[in-house]
Amino acid sequence: MTIRQLSIFIENQSGTLQKVLELMRKSGIQIIACTIADTAEYGIFRIICAEADRACKELKEAGVAVAISDVFAIELNNQPGGAADVVGTFSAAGIGITYMYAFLLDGRGILILKTDQAAETEGVIRSRGLRCLSEADLLA
Amino acid sequence: MIWNPTKECMSREQMRELQGKRLHKIVEYVYHNVPFYRNKLQEMDLSPADIQTIDDIVKLPFTTKKDLRDNYPFGLQAAPQSEIIRIHASSGTTGNPTIVGYTRKDISIWSECMARSLTSFGVSRDDIFSVSYGYGLFTGGLGAHNGVETIGASVVPASTGNTEKHARLIRDLGITGIACTPSYALYLAETMDKLGITKDQIKLRVGAFGAEPWTENMRTEIQNRLGLKGFNIYGLSEVMGPSVSYECDEQHGSHINEDHFFPEIIDPVTLEPLEAGQTGELVFTTLTKEGMPVIRYRTRDLCSLLPGECPCGRTNVRMSAIAGRTDDMLIIRGINVFPSQVESVVLTMEEFAPVYMLIVDRVNNLDTLLVQVELRPDYFNATLDTPAAIEEIGNRFAAKLRGVLSINAKVQIKAPGTIERSQGKSTHVIDKRKLY
Repeated sequence: MTIRQLSIFIENQSGTLQKVLELMRKSGIQIIACTIADTAEYGIFRIICAEADRACKELKEAGVAVAISDVFAIELNNQPGGAADVVGTFSAAGIGITYMYAFLLDGRGILILKTDQAAETEGVIRSRGLRCLSEADLLA
Repeated sequence: MIWNPTKECMSREQMRELQGKRLHKIVEYVYHNVPFYRNKLQEMDLSPADIQTIDDIVKLPFTTKKDLRDNYPFGLQAAPQSEIIRIHASSGTTGNPTIVGYTRKDISIWSECMARSLTSFGVSRDDIFSVSYGYGLFTGGLGAHNGVETIGASVVPASTGNTEKHARLIRDLGITGIACTPSYALYLAETMDKLGITKDQIKLRVGAFGAEPWTENMRTEIQNRLGLKGFNIYGLSEVMGPSVSYECDEQHGSHINEDHFFPEIIDPVTLEPLEAGQTGELVFTTLTKEGMPVIRYRTRDLCSLLPGECPCGRTNVRMSAIAGRTDDMLIIRGINVFPSQVESVVLTMEEFAPVYMLIVDRVNNLDTLLVQVELRPDYFNATLDTPAAIEEIGNRFAAKLRGVLSINAKVQIKAPGTIERSQGKSTHVIDKRKLY
């Protein structure tokens, strides 16, 4: 039910993002979405992309601190309150959201979520009939 | 195996008698051949006749690095130039380098000491041995080289630099032993990882590591990564070069070749000799050197002499691992801090690569210590995908540092490969305080 996300440790200074992005370009891997969780000194650069396993392997070989995280990609209703509905569903079930970000794919709003309880999250997605996307859906 | 049981397993009484005789002879020699020593002894109203036993050594004046610099280049040389067959120079990062001339007999004694060391590490004529200290003015390369040739092993004079080629030679030639700095050994391990050379493709079994201080944790790390047993070898060019002391299989201190280099431990402030077992500044007197003998040379290395007998059978005294340098000890907010203490903590953290940098500064009249460490790419995993998780590692490291250093340090976690690796002696400190 989850999709793979690259999580990359980067230092908060000029040129570090560029280095990672150039490596992705060299590998010929398409980035679908990305975001940065930053602090004053460093950040975690999160990337949803095609061929996550190959991207991870090639970045690692280039000496980048990278790991694969499993996250949920949920399609939102494109109307005010769409995201509030989804997050509210998890909060009501007592599930904490570790981090989230959203992007538009062909005009559809996609919410990427990482929670503190993966199994319970899957249960809620099933029972509430949330539209959970696969990697194939994102690349289609 | 023991290379020279007569000298390495002598009774303590015989050793002290030999040392006394040699001390008298060397004092007489420098008195007649080095004006610097003659003047010093005369100022103290001493003559060689006053020095008869090894216990008389405390009457003699000390020699410092400054004395060597002030007498640059040949002022302390005792043998005539025609007898000198080799000249080494120590790194002169501040002021003049130290020039050390060796006679044929000096080189022969040095080779003997090196042979004792390598034999103690288990190296024999059946080994292929790579010398990866720098060849040149530095004593490491040629010093180790002569020792390997003396015991009859095949020497591969790899020197430093061109590490990728060296890594391939280690695999392709089946090299079984290596002499280098411990930080170079780690650099070599990283290079092998990069080239995809694995531990089971190489035959390294013995490492002779020295020329910079290292810790037990670092030893474990090197041994795990290169699949060898690592031995400490200690030396300094002012006294001879590598093989002033060497570990045995027990690896509890390094045996000093004290028939040639007499050790003392003194309080670096009062200059008074300390009792056996106490930590202080290591001082050496060369008992047999002809080219440039030194009398009570202050090494600025801090260590202790270990009392008691060694189960290996050698009777020559052991020195502990170097606990620091009198001159790279940092005083931060009044507390003595040694880079080696930080290193020991870094090596307990599997999240970090075995590299670090201390940055000391003074902000608003208060000393600050920043410790930079590097994440290890092969350890990074999905549990670390939030800044909070990284911060937790940093806090855990900072707490450990506080336990060892007794002061608070700020920790900066850096990306892999961003802290500079040294190929020679590591530099781990940037002191930005303008105190002098």
